[in-house]
Amino acid sequence: MAGTPLQIERDTTSEPKLSVVDVLVDSLKRWVFSVQDYSLLSARSVSNLATAPRYFQDTLDQMDDIGVGSLPIVLISGFFIGAVMVLQTGSQFTRFGQAALTGDIVAIALVRELGPTLTGILVAGRCSSGIASELGSMLVTEQVDAMRAMGTDPSRKLVTPRVLATVLMLPLLTALNDFVGLLGGCVASVFSLRLGAVEFWTRAIKALDFADLMQGFTKPMVYGFILATVGCYKGLNVRGGTQGVGRATTQAVVLASVMIIAADLFLTKLALYLGDKLF
Amino acid sequence: MTPAAATATTNAGPAVVFDNVYLGFDEGDILRGVSFSVPARETMVLLGETGTGKTLTLKLAAGLLRPSRGSVSVLGQEVSTMSEKELLHLRERIGFVFQEGALFDSMTVGENVAYRLREEHVNEDEIEPRVNEALQFVELEHTADQLPSELSGGMRRRVSIARALINRPDIVLYDSPTAGLDPITSQTIISLILRLRDVYGVTALLATQRLQDGFALANFCFDKEAKHVVHCNPAKGGKDGQPPAPTRFMVYKDGRIYFEGDPQELLSTKDPYLRRFLV
Repeated sequence: MAGTPLQIERDTTSEPKLSVVDVLVDSLKRWVFSVQDYSLLSARSVSNLATAPRYFQDTLDQMDDIGVGSLPIVLISGFFIGAVMVLQTGSQFTRFGQAALTGDIVAIALVRELGPTLTGILVAGRCSSGIASELGSMLVTEQVDAMRAMGTDPSRKLVTPRVLATVLMLPLLTALNDFVGLLGGCVASVFSLRLGAVEFWTRAIKALDFADLMQGFTKPMVYGFILATVGCYKGLNVRGGTQGVGRATTQAVVLASVMIIAADLFLTKLALYLGDKLF
Repeated sequence: MTPAAATATTNAGPAVVFDNVYLGFDEGDILRGVSFSVPARETMVLLGETGTGKTLTLKLAAGLLRPSRGSVSVLGQEVSTMSEKELLHLRERIGFVFQEGALFDSMTVGENVAYRLREEHVNEDEIEPRVNEALQFVELEHTADQLPSELSGGMRRRVSIARALINRPDIVLYDSPTAGLDPITSQTIISLILRLRDVYGVTALLATQRLQDGFALANFCFDKEAKHVVHCNPAKGGKDGQPPAPTRFMVYKDGRIYFEGDPQELLSTKDPYLRRFLV
């Protein structure tokens, strides 16, 4: 019964009523603040490199975890992607009697586009989620506060090593992904299109120029920066305990993947423009 | 640091001063005009129901949060206006014992306790004896190689105390150090806090919901010769005739200080709200 010690009647007259516009404005404000916080965290992760203290051992540990740890998924995926590329493009070229062009197309597509982007998305799936859940768990168990209370800047100790490690490792993973992709393409072309392995590799290598390599190795550095900073940002902004950690993990993967694909458009346009002007 | 040194570092004024401090979040102000000061070597016990702002008070004192209004001074420095970089240096003189310990779960107990020393680039030869000394203080020297997940809740709190005292801080902030522990383990934790106070002469802020913790600190002291806790009369002094470090109580209600005084004042109160804590 209302008014008893067990159930007190709720006064609803003083509660403000929110309109749709208020809710939209509030959401917009939150989004702007999120972008601001993400930008500040990203900027700090880079500016930390200029001054001490620097955590080299933590960076090496992260390079091992992110780079070596991601190797199996990158290599396996790369091999099959290269093989599928050959099967898809080869069947079309064969209709025009130009099956030999398959090596050219697969090399360009892999080095310029598929290698960096797919590696970025694969590593985002593994590492953005890992970073977000690790930092999120540290946040909800007050380990991040404990770190601050002991005189350590979490952005230096936790963010910068992860960002630096990812930026350094992703181009290397992409290079391996490209190579294994071409290997998979070679195997597929030999067994499916009856092309010679030497012919495939010769055409693939000749099809590539310096601008392609520049494009292919610049993109993963940007993708690495995106996936690490998004993972760190989501992890360090967890709300709502362990459930929040799960939510942040999912958001980190989705946001990093979408940002990588969106960044790809602008980076491709920029790379093509610079390729025309410089090379 | 000796007790004399501790006093010397803080005798210029109160160790902690809160002046009309407000702290609010989206749901409204949690702290509303909190003002108090804690002289050096005094222990201030913060009592109050859940959500009244005890933990926030400790986090404000450590500079982990900034007040919406008002000022917070610690060891003569205005914490509320300091940059994060300046705060990192000040926090080297503050120990913080978090409610659940907040130990770094990927590090061993020894590495947790040594964390602060390694951050300060103390010589490795010096670190091991100091870690052993800190772990001996909490009687957990045999756990140095274990992970925090292998310890019980009470042991984790004790390691957290060892971690907080490793660089002999001037002030130690305890956030509900006995919450959720059985009476015997709670007694062990309180004995450690007494030892830390009476051996090293630290100033302490202790947030708790257990009144008996506060009275234990007020009525007992650590006998350095006998090396155990003895009953001491605040008026007459301890076994050596010296008055024990003073203990005062502060009770929060609805984000404001409802009561501030010594144990006798609290015991003799007729206030119905305060009497509820004494039952």
